[in-house]
Amino acid sequence: MDGGSLGIAAAEWVCVCAADDIWPNIGVCALVRNNQIAVFRLQDGDGVDHYYAIDNYDPQSDANVLSRGLTGSLGGRKVVASPIYKQHYDLVTGECLEDASQPVRAYAVRVDGGKIWVAV
Amino acid sequence: MKLVVIGNGMVGHKLLEQLTAQAVPDLEITVLCEESRPAYDRVHLSSYFSGTSAEELSLVTPNFFEQDNLLLKLNTKGVAIDRAARVVVTSNGERVTYDKLVLATGSYPFVPPVPGRDRPGCLVYRTIEDLEAMTDWGKKSKVGVVIGGGLLGLECAKALTDMGLVTHVVEFAPRLMAVQIDDGGGRVLRNKIEALGVTVHTQRNTLEIVDGSGMGIGGRHAMKFADGSQLETDMIVFSAGIRPRDELARVSGLEMGERGGIKVDKNCLTSDANIYAIGECALSGGKIYGLVAPGYEMARVVAQHISGSGAEFNGADMSTKLKLMGVDVASIGDAHAATPGSRCYVFTDERKQIYKKMVTSADGKELIGAVLVGEASEYGTLLQMMLNRMPLPESPEFLILPSSDGLAKPGLGVDALPDSAQICSCNDVSKGALCAAVEGGARTVGELKSCTKAGTSCGGCVALVTQIMKSELKRQGVAVNNHLCEHFAYSRQELYHLVRVHKIRSFRDLVHQHGSGLGCDICKPAVASILASCWNEFVLSKPNAALQDSNDYFLGNIQKDGTYSIIPRIAGGEITPQGLIVIGQVAQKYGLYTKITGGQRIDMFGAQVHQLPAIWRELTDAGFESGHAYGKALRTVKSCVGSTWCRYGMLDSVSMALKIEHRYKGLRSPHKLKSAVSGCTRECAEAQSKDFGVIATEKGWNLYVCGNGGMKPRHAELLAGDLDDETLIRYLDRFLMFYIRTADRLQRTSVWRDNMEGGLDYLKDVIVNDSLGIGAELESEMASIVDSYEDEWKKAIDDPETLKRFRSFVNSDAGDNNVVFVQERGQIRPATADEKKSRFKGIPVVEAEA
Ligand code: SRM
Ligand SMILES: Cc1cc2nc3c(=O)[nH]c(=O)nc-3n(C[C@H](O)[C@H](O)[C@H](O)COP(=O)(O)OP(=O)(O)OC[C@H]3O[C@@H](n4cnc5c(N)ncnc54)[C@H](O)[C@@H]3O)c2cc1C
Ligand code: SF4
Ligand code: FES
Repeated sequence: MDGGSLGIAAAEWVCVCAADDIWPNIGVCALVRNNQIAVFRLQDGDGVDHYYAIDNYDPQSDANVLSRGLTGSLGGRKVVASPIYKQHYDLVTGECLEDASQPVRAYAVRVDGGKIWVAV
Repeated sequence: MKLVVIGNGMVGHKLLEQLTAQAVPDLEITVLCEESRPAYDRVHLSSYFSGTSAEELSLVTPNFFEQDNLLLKLNTKGVAIDRAARVVVTSNGERVTYDKLVLATGSYPFVPPVPGRDRPGCLVYRTIEDLEAMTDWGKKSKVGVVIGGGLLGLECAKALTDMGLVTHVVEFAPRLMAVQIDDGGGRVLRNKIEALGVTVHTQRNTLEIVDGSGMGIGGRHAMKFADGSQLETDMIVFSAGIRPRDELARVSGLEMGERGGIKVDKNCLTSDANIYAIGECALSGGKIYGLVAPGYEMARVVAQHISGSGAEFNGADMSTKLKLMGVDVASIGDAHAATPGSRCYVFTDERKQIYKKMVTSADGKELIGAVLVGEASEYGTLLQMMLNRMPLPESPEFLILPSSDGLAKPGLGVDALPDSAQICSCNDVSKGALCAAVEGGARTVGELKSCTKAGTSCGGCVALVTQIMKSELKRQGVAVNNHLCEHFAYSRQELYHLVRVHKIRSFRDLVHQHGSGLGCDICKPAVASILASCWNEFVLSKPNAALQDSNDYFLGNIQKDGTYSIIPRIAGGEITPQGLIVIGQVAQKYGLYTKITGGQRIDMFGAQVHQLPAIWRELTDAGFESGHAYGKALRTVKSCVGSTWCRYGMLDSVSMALKIEHRYKGLRSPHKLKSAVSGCTRECAEAQSKDFGVIATEKGWNLYVCGNGGMKPRHAELLAGDLDDETLIRYLDRFLMFYIRTADRLQRTSVWRDNMEGGLDYLKDVIVNDSLGIGAELESEMASIVDSYEDEWKKAIDDPETLKRFRSFVNSDAGDNNVVFVQERGQIRPATADEKKSRFKGIPVVEAEA
């Protein structure tokens, strides 16, 4: 997985579920080599689906819960709100809107053959 | 630095507050306090007579004097200052060294040198002990005299009349409150006060006080006046002005004013560069300031000077507004029009006893003074106009003339005030600071008071503070207050109507037609609740599911570690032994923690998402349903045992609680709803602390509404009494539907009620008298919801699509390995962060059996 001497992490794409396994505007949690990754499906105004992935672990509450938060948009950013203390995380960057010092990791996602793939 | 403060009165204490707030490093403060208790609110001293206790008057916040660098010595007087050695000698003979010394010794009541002034029953009015003495003497007296018709004298007269004494005020000058108000005002004030039964004697010079005719009650003393007349009385209170307590400074050789007072410069330093003087003992710019606000300002100046930054005391405005014996009296600036060339506007209404005067500059452009007696609502406006030197309007007379119909008074409009305008002089709070606090979330005068301190001392600024708050709220309000969030420019109530009128059935349509963006954790659950109240569709249907927050989505309450709790409905708190056994067995099987809730039912904690369906299956098979503990919905209807068993019960409270709980279970609302039914007035079910509570009487049911416990408890109020079963349910249907229709998001019934224009009477009108003619409509809306009730747990486990979502992982059947429990008191609890680090101590997740 290590990009050798270049030091760039070479992404490995892992298939986590079928696209249909995620209901619109909801998150699920995938277990990828003992890591919990929250995967979200957001439908835009035209009904087009977009997929995002971030850590499931919420550093603010020390619990694995982000996949169970409410999704939406804040000032144009796609976010999920932690179900425990309601901090918002940017689904694209993993940044915590309320506390920039506590970001989570964000992962690249692609849909291929009706399956969701996450780069880890 | 060693700092010694002599005097722990209002001003001395303000200094301590300022210094500790600034956290000056290495400061050690010793406070000498002659009195037996630390600082208290002298300004509101008179309220002691109306029941305020000495504790309530205290200005000391809890634990204030427990701070390490603060040493308070009660009952300790400073008796000498060795300025060369920088030592204060105390009445206990102690020697306290200082680097800097602050004199905050205040003043004492002046007692004119009248022979007989020290007879028993001749008192003064300054300390709590003085008040205690007045109360004691009041009990032994029928007649009381106050010498001095100034501000304090009149307050004192009020106290005496309140004690039931025949009260006289004896004043040397030709009118009352000679310092603050003019002849015209004095006349009106006198009339008003005499109308309250106080006899006012002006231009009376007391020569001596001797034995009266009846040595007991009714004529202990006789006061002899210069004009030959005399007055008999049982007690006398001297209130003839104050004199600075400068004796200590005087014997220490500090520079004094000719007529007393410790001379200070702009930094409040005395003639000794290590000694400050503040408050009523200080003479600044040739003046003694006998009010608390200028004293506070001096305290701020000294606190800053001690911590090294500069600030100056440049005199203070002495304007005041008071309520004396229920009469409003205000004096602003140059009340006596002493400024050369100044001009006056005067309005007198002899029938209503109102006197108002404005003094303007020679060119008529600025206000420089005013007197208001009998009604002083313009005080704030006029004061701000003067302080901020705002130009007078076209016809300034309308500022004090009563407004005639349709003609709005030229208010100053708080919006016209600069941000720097000082609104609360006691606590130095500017308009800008108030607006900032409103912006920061303060929504009531109470909140503003506690976060800015404005209005907490003399109270004179409260009207203006309120105006500023309202206008600021209005300015920001529309966006902050009403709009649900950035996605909807509507209040919850407006959205409710949009949903109903346009028959909207999904969030998507609503946001598409009436909002913007994708929604958020604020609007989604609110809209979900509205949709549920309107159409009562399954909350976990595909389009609705994404709107629910985690609790509603998983039909349980999320806990700190991400697990859920399960509360089955135990209507009315009634449960069979078999029901108890089932709950026990389920909890045991799945390793759940069990606890009796505060709502008369049983909570099981510690289930992971993937375990929920199996647990619900076992519970529903045994006849249990969801208790909606997770939802903004009806929670519990508590009951007492009632007439079935209890010897005092009037009606069957358990049956009624069951009936109510089953009728409204699952009902989605703006906030949670709680209820209770008690069988008699002993009220064992605590119905009066509920959103709707029912109490049995001899003649039927009493219905109480809009109470709650929680953060801000509020008693419920009686909406209707002696109802039969049917009428009770009808009123409940209407009440609940009306609340659901009109309340804001997360607004409990109590807050909804408190914000309702017209209050309880209006609510009664709508519910009982059907004044809006919507009674039938509300009832039928409720009927359709009641009819379409389905248990959410059962729906979830019976629907394979929904069931799919109850997995911890989309790609694995495992559980969350970050959920770790340890044993305590024979049950599980979540492991702490430290305990998690050493996994061995924890016991692993209990896996559900399939
Ligand atoms: C379980 C229970 C405590 C217990 O062990 O006894 C409880 C637990 C919670 N209460 Fe409570 N309350 C419980 C009875 C009460 C009561 C007592 C009562 O109902 O008679 C009150 C005061 C009465 C009242 O509400 O008027 C109460 C006042 C609150 C409040 C403050 C509400 C308010 O308006 O001020 C909150 C916060 C809120 O709702 O925003 C709250 C919120 C909560 C939450 C939901 C907080 C949270 O988000 O985690 C707790 C989680 C419940 C759970 O995990 O199951 N709980 N809570 C009680 C469940 C009763 C039940 O059977 O459903
Ligand atoms: C009944 C009443 C009503 C009032 N109403 C108003 C009002 O409505 N508005 C307003 O602005 N003002 C009002 N005042 C005036 C206000 O209370 C004073 O301006 C304020 O208390 C002055 O504070 P201070 O700290 O200078 O003096 P004080 O509060 O008098 O404190 C001085 C303290 O120093 C102590 N002391 C004195 N000498 C020594 C010593 N040598 N060693 C140790 N301790 C010593 C005294 O015992 C006292 O406790 C009122 C006063 C009274 C009595
Ligand atoms: S309220 Fe108390 S006294 Fe009255 S019936 Fe219920 S249990 Fe008995
Ligand atoms: S001006 Fe006295 S409390 Fe505000």
